[in-house]
Amino acid sequence: MAFLKKVGFFWGGIVVSLVIFAVVQFLLSNGTLDLFYENTLVYMAINIILAVSLHLIIGITGQFSIGHAGFLAVGAYASAIITMKLELPFPLALLVGGIVAALAGFVIGFPSLRLRGDYLAIATLGFGEIVRIAFLNVDYVGGASGMMVEHFTTWPWVFGCMLVTILVILNFTRSTHGRACISIREDETAADAMGINTTYYKVLAFMIGAFFAGVAGGLFAHNFYIIQPSNFGFLKSFDILIFVVLGGLGSLSGAVISAILLTVISAFLQDYPETRMIIYSLVLIIVMLYRPRGLMGTKEITSLFSRKKKSKGGAKDGQSETVA
Amino acid sequence: MLSIEDVQVFYGNIRALEGVSLHVKQGEIVTLIGANGAGKSTLLKTVSGLLKPKKGRVLLEGKEIGGKAAQLIVKKGISHVPEGRRVFANMTVEENLQLGAYLRKDKEGLKQDYEKVYSLFPRLLERLKQQAGTLSGGEQQMLAMGRALMAKPRLLLLDEPSMGLAPLLVKTIFRIIEEINQAGTTILLVEQNAHLALSIAQRAYVMETGRIVLSGTSDELTSSDQVKMAYLGGH
Ligand SMILES: Nc1ncnc2c1ncn2[C@@H]1O[C@H](COP(=O)(O)OP(=O)(O)OP(=O)(O)O)[C@@H](O)[C@H]1O
Ligand SMILES: [Mg+2]
Repeated sequence: MAFLKKVGFFWGGIVVSLVIFAVVQFLLSNGTLDLFYENTLVYMAINIILAVSLHLIIGITGQFSIGHAGFLAVGAYASAIITMKLELPFPLALLVGGIVAALAGFVIGFPSLRLRGDYLAIATLGFGEIVRIAFLNVDYVGGASGMMVEHFTTWPWVFGCMLVTILVILNFTRSTHGRACISIREDETAADAMGINTTYYKVLAFMIGAFFAGVAGGLFAHNFYIIQPSNFGFLKSFDILIFVVLGGLGSLSGAVISAILLTVISAFLQDYPETRMIIYSLVLIIVMLYRPRGLMGTKEITSLFSRKKKSKGGAKDGQSETVA
Repeated sequence: MLSIEDVQVFYGNIRALEGVSLHVKQGEIVTLIGANGAGKSTLLKTVSGLLKPKKGRVLLEGKEIGGKAAQLIVKKGISHVPEGRRVFANMTVEENLQLGAYLRKDKEGLKQDYEKVYSLFPRLLERLKQQAGTLSGGEQQMLAMGRALMAKPRLLLLDEPSMGLAPLLVKTIFRIIEEINQAGTTILLVEQNAHLALSIAQRAYVMETGRIVLSGTSDELTSSDQVKMAYLGGH
């Protein structure tokens, strides 16, 4: 029964997303949606990838990483080098972008995740800045003036990558590995006492998150003719962090919803950057006032449907305390 | 089964254990009592691999486990029910139990052990889908113990299972501890409630500021003036 329901949600989700894809693809190809919409949709998908990948690190594993734009940058530049300098195909560039970002994730994550406490926050913050400054000073990738990149990122590509990201992270979260990660978020000492190799899982989740951020970087780089170090500053990291916090720490659908919401808001406010910041802040304040644990709390959108039929045994999961 | 030899443990520069020796024989319930801050929890954490001893040895059936990784020690058959229960609050009772069995691969044995835990703690079976954080204190203690039992330990380390529980529930928990022991699990029990602990244990150790100051059979300690004065509220 429960299994059927799970499978139902899974395939239901796939079918719904394929329908969305087809409809958008149709509207794009017959010109109903113009370039502005296409661009917004592409950014939306990229933002969803970023949000979901950071969700795995912060929301699921409970590791406070605040330099996600650093991985985006590493992926962007690595993939741009693959296509522009080495003239290799775009799919390979995406893959390499992800792998290089994951390796960077290992280099940052391994030393700081072995220790408890806030080392990761400090290390990732520093990493984000170091990456930006490094690209600023490397002439091979154009320094401050940036690097020219060809336009390869199309709606099918971003959509496909987004779907794969969500599926991989969803499956990971629901596996034994995912449960081990959640137990670390809940109580690292207790997780240790259960015999869970906490360092391994923290580093693994961090690397998977970095990988997908790197893929997002590849998509980002090949969307807009030029990439510059200034695209990847701390504010970018902060934007991604907001997706996750606003959506509700621990909720993948929450991260997706808030990525969509905020992408739309900032697209329509593009020409008024000051207003953008004000509206952004207002949205945040309102959500934190009325939904202090984020839009979705730790729940998933599927639980909204299955809720009513569920147990009479007093499982009021909405009331549970936060440990995060 | 377990023998601890002259173990020293530090937190930074502070020495929390100043050379502790203790042993537990197969099938026993041994209790470790002592005032707050004596180092009881520190000792259990050292046995379960959450802390590393600076000096001394921890032997399980003659093999050194001191300083080994926690997951290795769980694999070797030691489970630790930490002080304050530390259940995974945002996970269900069932998921908590599954995590207890994290290192196990034997499907058949697992099934039996779920049944065993449910028969020891019928409350948990009623509440499988409930979030652990919403359980009462007593239920959380049961869950913490059930979770540890899912690893199928030969030696169970219990850190203050009676903490914050009503007297009646404490009795129940202690009865269950005896049941677990009779089913073949050796137990090392840290307790503030010296009365009850001495009543179910065969032997006991008394700890003060990082050392063992007294040890003997429960009967010996129950009648010792020093213990009466300090831990049994007696005269
Ligand atoms: N993480 C830590 N960092 C520094 N000192 C610690 C730490 N944990 C415990 N200590 C110190 O080590 C000593 C022993 O602590 P421990 O928790 O083992 O005592 P205990 O006997 O379990 O006490 P209680 O009965 O209150 O639980 C105490 O002085 C305590 O302050
Ligand atoms: Mg203690």
